[in-house]
Amino acid sequence: MKIGIPRALLYYYYYPLWREFFTQLGLEVVLSPTTNKGILDAGIKNTLSEVCLPVKVFYGHVSALADKVDYLFVPRINRVEPKAYICPKFMGLPDMLKARLQQMPPFIDTAVDAGMDGNPVQCWVDCFQEVGSKFTHNHQLVNSSIAAAFRTQQEFQRRLTGGMLIPDALENDCVPEVAATSQQNYTLRIGLLGHPYNLYDAYISMNLIHKLQSMGSFVVTPESLSVDEIEDEARKLPKRLFWTLGKRMIGSALNFYASKELDGLIYLTSFGCGPESLVEELVARWAKQQGNLPYLMITIDEHTGEAGMVTRLEAFTEMIKRRQKHENHLSSHGEPLHSG
Amino acid sequence: MKITYPHMGNLYIVVRALLTTLGLDVVLPPPTSRRTVELGVRYSPEFACFPFKLNLGNYLEARELGADTILMAGGVGPCRFGYYAEVQRQILSDLGSEMDMVVLEPPDVSYKELKEKIRHLVGDISWWKVIKAIRLAWYKARAIDAVEEKLLYLRPRVYEPYLLERYYHRALHEIDALSHRRAVQGAVRDFIKKVGSMPQRSGEFLRVGLVGEIFTILEPTANYDLEKRLGLLGVEVTRSIWLSIWINEHLFGGLLRVSNECRDDHHLAPPYLNSFVGGHGKETVGCTVGFAQRNYDGVIQVAPFTCMPEIVAHSVLPAVSKDYGIPVLTFYLDEQSGEAGIQTRLEAFVDLIAAHSHDQKGGMLSGSVFGN
Repeated sequence: MKIGIPRALLYYYYYPLWREFFTQLGLEVVLSPTTNKGILDAGIKNTLSEVCLPVKVFYGHVSALADKVDYLFVPRINRVEPKAYICPKFMGLPDMLKARLQQMPPFIDTAVDAGMDGNPVQCWVDCFQEVGSKFTHNHQLVNSSIAAAFRTQQEFQRRLTGGMLIPDALENDCVPEVAATSQQNYTLRIGLLGHPYNLYDAYISMNLIHKLQSMGSFVVTPESLSVDEIEDEARKLPKRLFWTLGKRMIGSALNFYASKELDGLIYLTSFGCGPESLVEELVARWAKQQGNLPYLMITIDEHTGEAGMVTRLEAFTEMIKRRQKHENHLSSHGEPLHSG
Repeated sequence: MKITYPHMGNLYIVVRALLTTLGLDVVLPPPTSRRTVELGVRYSPEFACFPFKLNLGNYLEARELGADTILMAGGVGPCRFGYYAEVQRQILSDLGSEMDMVVLEPPDVSYKELKEKIRHLVGDISWWKVIKAIRLAWYKARAIDAVEEKLLYLRPRVYEPYLLERYYHRALHEIDALSHRRAVQGAVRDFIKKVGSMPQRSGEFLRVGLVGEIFTILEPTANYDLEKRLGLLGVEVTRSIWLSIWINEHLFGGLLRVSNECRDDHHLAPPYLNSFVGGHGKETVGCTVGFAQRNYDGVIQVAPFTCMPEIVAHSVLPAVSKDYGIPVLTFYLDEQSGEAGIQTRLEAFVDLIAAHSHDQKGGMLSGSVFGN
């Protein structure tokens, strides 16, 4: 029996967990190919134009798997930690797919909900118990699969905190610790914020990370921070942020600001992303308070052109380099350079 | 302390009744206008939803009139509304227009905190007086809804729709000015008597259900007078969301028994939408099914551009539309929407549902402008 996992959205956080669980359960896991034009086009064709790019991409990946698998794993993600949502679209995703895609294999759309007092582990255990019972009556097998899945996920987390970027850490076979060493010759330290499904999908982010690295930047992402570091900073907000990914972004930004090691900060966001519209605003406003930390927001959607992005990145990195070289000769924001 | 709060349709009447009875000095923002929109858009994040921008415009205009404190609601759901106040506070502070913001979080977050904030606002007033203020506000909310229900019913029927609008605004004005329950209810009776005697067309009229996000449904500036436009096109509009119903369900915990056509419709959302998705997404889907079952001729969904719960609802509506054979039209609204475009789409939609109903029910509906 084959179960399909779309290479989109929370795949970037949870794939090791999902893969190991289903494999241990005795299913063959089929992953959709990396995002390409065909996938994006299929996604655009089957969704509303108002839906954000990553959800369109998700539709495309689901379509790509449709005739290759017996089941599709598209859990309904309500809360993966207590009292914090991700986004309404994650909560309605299985329904959105059913309403718009025809002739699909059966969906495994069990809800993942940490509720008001659950925890980030238990919500997945509950989900897997329910999913497991659809495939086998052997409780022991389900439980051992869950345990194995969490061991794999922990290994994945270890790789991330060890400095690997998500795409490298997701690779199944043991890659040597390349991430840190591959970023040696750099002149700038650029912080990069954005939801993982935008940042690490090389097709829709147009290889943003690689582009920055080739321009001589060392890229720092939220993944280099531990969950505790992010939580500690996010807790300082006057009002607790109740969106899991938004909290991650804002907590990371606050960490970046506190460490004062960055030369610039880039926020990659997708057009029409609801939580980002507010979270990004706060991050941008606070960047200004950090001695005018150079800040660039890049909004992507299916119309984004590569040349436009390259131009903006080049301009941004050049600007920072010049600023460093002529620290005292350049005007800061809003002030004239020459007085006379 | 001069207190202000953002506009949402006729909510200002209800909140004013509440706050002035509590002895607070209220500075109402001017009615939401193009200028409000411009101000709000200028200082808001580009992709924030429309209500956010209008709120901010309201604050800035109220500040010009001397307001120094903002009363705002909070929340902790998937919808963005819950974090509005935090971002708005930062924007006002960056603008150098700092105002004291009192954000009322829903009681289920922290009952104690809510109580303390109310105390902070009203000072040493007895709880009995607070309850009295709430009662007056509640009766005004009921009064407004009664007046508007009649208005929606009569708009397609009367021969003099603009006179009807005048009576409506006069009634709102009276409700706002009166400070006793009996007088408020009397104003409603007078209105209903007066407009009931206006000369009317007879016959069957096209019926359209209005679903979607609460702010865009209740605020005519945000929906570009959608209800009025439809009424003038000969359509009887039924709202899925009413101010008093919403207050009862969300602030009183459904304590009072108030009937409403769409009250139980959210149960109809499955199998199309099987989960709460924040905002009014589930209600939108449920009410669309409800309207279809009650044999309406069409449903119109309104939402701010980029509204997440409504996008989820919109995504599943084609399945409802197909299963029940009911035409559904969605409007995403923001400062970029154009009146002519909205009018054209409405006319086309009304034309379509008139033809559709003609095929389904036999005979052109006599009262519709297209049947004349």
